[in-house]
Amino acid sequence: MTELLDIFLNESFWTASLRIATPLIFGVLGALLCERAGVLNLGIEGIFVVGAMTGWMAVWMGAGLWGGVLVAALSGALFGLLHALLTVPLGLSQHVSGLGITLLATSAASFTYRTALPDVKSPPRITPFQPLDIPYLSDIPFLGPVLFQQTPLTWLALAMVALVWWIMARTPLGVALRAVGDNPDAVAAQGLSVYGLRIGAVVGGSALMALGGAFLTMSAFDAFFFGMVNGRGWICIALVIFASWQPGKALLGALLFGMFEALQVRLQTQAGAVVPSQVFLMAPYVLSILALVFAARRADYPRALLKPWFRGQR
Amino acid sequence: MIEIEPRAGVSPRMRLLTPLLAALAALALAAVPLAFAGVPLIESYRQMFAGVFGSLFAFTEMLTRATPLIFTGLAAAIAFRAKLWNIGAEGQLYLGALAAVAVGTGAVSGPGWALTGLVLAAGALAGALGMLLPAALKTRFGADEVVTSLLLNFIILIFVQMMLEGPLKDPMGLGWPQSEPILDEATLPKLLERMRLHAGLLIALGAALALHLVLARTTWGFRIRAVGENASAARHAGISVNRTLIGVALVSGALAGLAGVSEVAGLKGYLTADLSPGFGYAGIVVAMLAGLSPLGVVLAALFVASVFVGADSMSRAMGVSSFLADLVVALSLISVLVGGFFTRYRLRWRARRTRP
Repeated sequence: MTELLDIFLNESFWTASLRIATPLIFGVLGALLCERAGVLNLGIEGIFVVGAMTGWMAVWMGAGLWGGVLVAALSGALFGLLHALLTVPLGLSQHVSGLGITLLATSAASFTYRTALPDVKSPPRITPFQPLDIPYLSDIPFLGPVLFQQTPLTWLALAMVALVWWIMARTPLGVALRAVGDNPDAVAAQGLSVYGLRIGAVVGGSALMALGGAFLTMSAFDAFFFGMVNGRGWICIALVIFASWQPGKALLGALLFGMFEALQVRLQTQAGAVVPSQVFLMAPYVLSILALVFAARRADYPRALLKPWFRGQR
Repeated sequence: MIEIEPRAGVSPRMRLLTPLLAALAALALAAVPLAFAGVPLIESYRQMFAGVFGSLFAFTEMLTRATPLIFTGLAAAIAFRAKLWNIGAEGQLYLGALAAVAVGTGAVSGPGWALTGLVLAAGALAGALGMLLPAALKTRFGADEVVTSLLLNFIILIFVQMMLEGPLKDPMGLGWPQSEPILDEATLPKLLERMRLHAGLLIALGAALALHLVLARTTWGFRIRAVGENASAARHAGISVNRTLIGVALVSGALAGLAGVSEVAGLKGYLTADLSPGFGYAGIVVAMLAGLSPLGVVLAALFVASVFVGADSMSRAMGVSSFLADLVVALSLISVLVGGFFTRYRLRWRARRTRP
């Protein structure tokens, strides 16, 4: 029990929690944006891979760290656009299209990586984002290291939460976005473009997802590896239901998840001798399923989610 | 402006032509990554073709690769028919393989036919149970089976690794995490001498035929289609939707489990954690290319297997990354989706209506 208390009182635990949560914050926000507009985006897993690969590769080719972030966001947006075109104006199955995007994006990223670097055993490393280490603020006991020694991408993720919340809750655009996921007919009756809003949401959401991937190669690690996304995208799809499509709760869900991950890494070092390490590796996926089962009963899905809408058909 | 207009009816010819055109389109689109890799195009396609049809061995290799794809394709096809999104075939495949080595490596002994039957049954059962969980979570708690079946893939693979480093580890395996070999009596017989092709293919073809008959001729097949097309109408007609979904889940999982058994007991002989290069996910592409028809699954699996085997062989010859095969398979899924749209709808140019 005291060991557990020690873990919680240690600021490195909270720093790690926020760091682990960062890619999930991007991913859940992205999925939230798509689903709020009525489009399930199962391309998320592949878009994470694409963001991770292109961001890192752009930096490796000399684009600079923020250049890499931009490249990652744009490549995510590109795959998002494909998903949006297939599911919005063409109204194709969002499930199948999304899985197709994941397969396409993953294989495209892997193929590009292998073609650019045919013979390397281990990928070249880049200098990743460093902790901001803001003078004075970082020296505040406890809060300083937790908040102010994060890398800029973590700050970007937190800023995105605020931005998405503000857009959704406070702007006419947000009202229209929420309406298009609930009642597209009403949006069309207002003279707004259902297609435009939905495509925009999916493209923007996919760009956010790609930033989650980019965090992995440009902040958490310093290179791209196959399989490094490892289901994080799918976990975000579970978390967005857990978060009932609210940006604030999405942040909370991602943070809880990050805390759990940070905790299990620390428990693993203590209980590693007794419990097989695989049990800890399974934990995040089990936790996601439990979160989903727990949230499912009271889940208030956007009413037009998965439902295609065609112009001129009422 | 462009208007989308449903076609009056979908002709059977269009229905057959669409996947064919999609497959060709995907192969044609492969020219983009090939050009990006800077290899001569004509020669690449020639190598790809020769990699499948160049020799009897190459052709049987393609059939060997098609075998698990038929199983996972059928698993996806029957589930998607009922709008049950089983994306967990990859995990169910591993559960099937795990059960096969659990009973087939010496835990039980008996005459060959009984042992083979037992291994097949155990694998099918394990796969079925693997899909029962997401289906039950869906019917009982309303938890989305897409996410649960996907996440289970990761859990199961880690579980397999745990078993291969623990109770099922081969003590003679020189420290590699692999299972003991399947007993010779339990192994699926080879179909041709000096080839790797095995009886798993016959079981897969039998399963496709059986599933076709079930869907087309039985009341259960009718219920599946009714639930998939309109669940609330089916409910009104007195069909128990949940019971149908559970049944579909069991059959779908069992088919995916058989893919694992067939790979272990027919091809590899023992289980490793890299048994499947994504057969479960490729099965979704197979099912969609087949238009969710069980007999179509066989043809679609042959195509996808040809892409894998042909592109692999071409990759080695031309020095192109073998991820090209995955790229073509993904492109064929997107193509068949778009193609399916154009069989159901047509686009019309219209003068922009003026708003009152």
